[in-house]
Amino acid sequence: MQTNLWPLLGVAVIIVGFLLRFNPMLIVAVAAIVTPLCAHFPLDKILAAIGTGFLKTRNIPLIILLPLAVIGLLERHGLRERAQIWIAGIKAATAGRLLIVYLLVRELTAAVGLTGLGGHPQMVRPLLAPMAEGATETRYGKISDAVRYKLRAFSAATDNVGLFFGEDIFVAFGAIVLMVTFLKEAGIVVAPMHVAVWGMPTALGAFVIHSVRLYLLDRRLAKELGGGAQASAPGDREAAPGIGAQAQPSANLAGE
Amino acid sequence: MTLLLTHLFWLAGALLLVVGAMIVADKAHPRRFAAGGFWILYAVIFLVGDKLPAELVGVLVIAMAVIAGFGGVLGAKPNMPSEDTRRASAKRLGNLLFIPALAIPVVTVVVTLAAGKLAIGGTPLVDPKNATLVGFGIGCVIALALACFVTRDSVGQSAKEARRLIDALSWAAVLPQMLGMLGLVFSDAGVGKAVAHVATTYVNLDYRFVAVAVYCIGMALFTMVMGNGFAAFPVMTGGIGVPILINVFHGDPAVMVAIGMFSGYCGTLMTPMAANYNIVPAALLELPDKNAVIKAQAPTGALLLVLNIVLLNVLMFR
Repeated sequence: MQTNLWPLLGVAVIIVGFLLRFNPMLIVAVAAIVTPLCAHFPLDKILAAIGTGFLKTRNIPLIILLPLAVIGLLERHGLRERAQIWIAGIKAATAGRLLIVYLLVRELTAAVGLTGLGGHPQMVRPLLAPMAEGATETRYGKISDAVRYKLRAFSAATDNVGLFFGEDIFVAFGAIVLMVTFLKEAGIVVAPMHVAVWGMPTALGAFVIHSVRLYLLDRRLAKELGGGAQASAPGDREAAPGIGAQAQPSANLAGE
Repeated sequence: MTLLLTHLFWLAGALLLVVGAMIVADKAHPRRFAAGGFWILYAVIFLVGDKLPAELVGVLVIAMAVIAGFGGVLGAKPNMPSEDTRRASAKRLGNLLFIPALAIPVVTVVVTLAAGKLAIGGTPLVDPKNATLVGFGIGCVIALALACFVTRDSVGQSAKEARRLIDALSWAAVLPQMLGMLGLVFSDAGVGKAVAHVATTYVNLDYRFVAVAVYCIGMALFTMVMGNGFAAFPVMTGGIGVPILINVFHGDPAVMVAIGMFSGYCGTLMTPMAANYNIVPAALLELPDKNAVIKAQAPTGALLLVLNIVLLNVLMFR
């Protein structure tokens, strides 16, 4: 049987479009027209494929759109600032340690099916990222925008890693159902439980690798912001003169 | 009455319609008709999309892409109280502020777990097929009521705040759905078949380790292109996994699919195509570099992919 390779042009449109930094909405729209065109679809069928595809995927943006009103209102009344004040009260908190704890909780809860406990609009933006920034400011004083952006990006990344590699060891998760169904159609019977169990080594690996990276992030922050001498002893905060000035974190935050 | 996804679509549509109308009415907005029109088109697809012919929806989608592509979806200057005011408010309201925010996940989980039992006269209250999403929607509504109560503010103000955040997100809020649509169009047009054909024709899969590596790296690469491990899985598993790793080398299928899917997730960490995980957070967190989240994740993804290849090679052929 002859396979039509021309639809691969759609993949090329995506790759070239992103490399040349065109607007992603336009790239996707062009790819959605070019690809079926290469598969010899007539124009009305192309439009219908785009329309039905877009209608079928309306559940995707709900998780972004629905919490915006609540989160926006709470932000107006100081939710992010509250998160920073709260974390400032925990003396042992650093951005890296906070994110490692969050990674563990996110991965374990996702592994038992509670994937709704995190997420970018409702957890990372209003709570997790401000806490990572707050913990760093409490320790080192004012931080630059570059550091702030890095902490935010790592907060979002940590939520993703915890979710992805936790949810796939939950037996009732859609991915496992998909895998088992696919194998069944190929004439191979496997128990969902086995698939979940064999996902665990990778899930553990994800936790270890990302935690080590977060630990290194802490070390780097200590080196860059802690000012030379105290970088060698990240655990020994009291000895650090630059940080001693921040001894009353809540008073310092309130004064800003 | 059963709460369905459709009701959430109406809720999202109503929100977008209000936001769109606010933007059109905002004379200070630099491009109020383009930006407002973008959100109103989106609202129409949520509210009455099912009743419109699919071709027309396709035209609306392309119109949205064109508005976004030519810089029409600009935001207005955000109107927020000063940081001092917010800090004073944070001190006054204290940890009460956390309650509405945490109500969203708590209600989501409770509804998900209780969905099977919530029924009146045999009619379920919550669509059992979409219990988590419907629970999430209920959680957001309850949280909004709590937030208005805690802050003594109004629902009208919350709509203005939603507009502020939608302005900040701009078209990034729509991109995940666009990519989901593209995935469906790709599979309609046979892109998966073409990729599997190329992979099996041009790569030497006679060596077991090469076949394992091609399967894992292929899952990651194809996931990066499609933005979704679920789209890559049937292609790679049908093209290489089952015919080569299982039928030729007699590996354990449960190990193969588990680690294969995870290899796809490594790809998800490294691609702008997984917009809802990588591009939307960058917009939500107001990062100037749209790829900042991907850059933070890429080393984890790459190291984990190497680990996956090793694990699959060891565990699959015990």
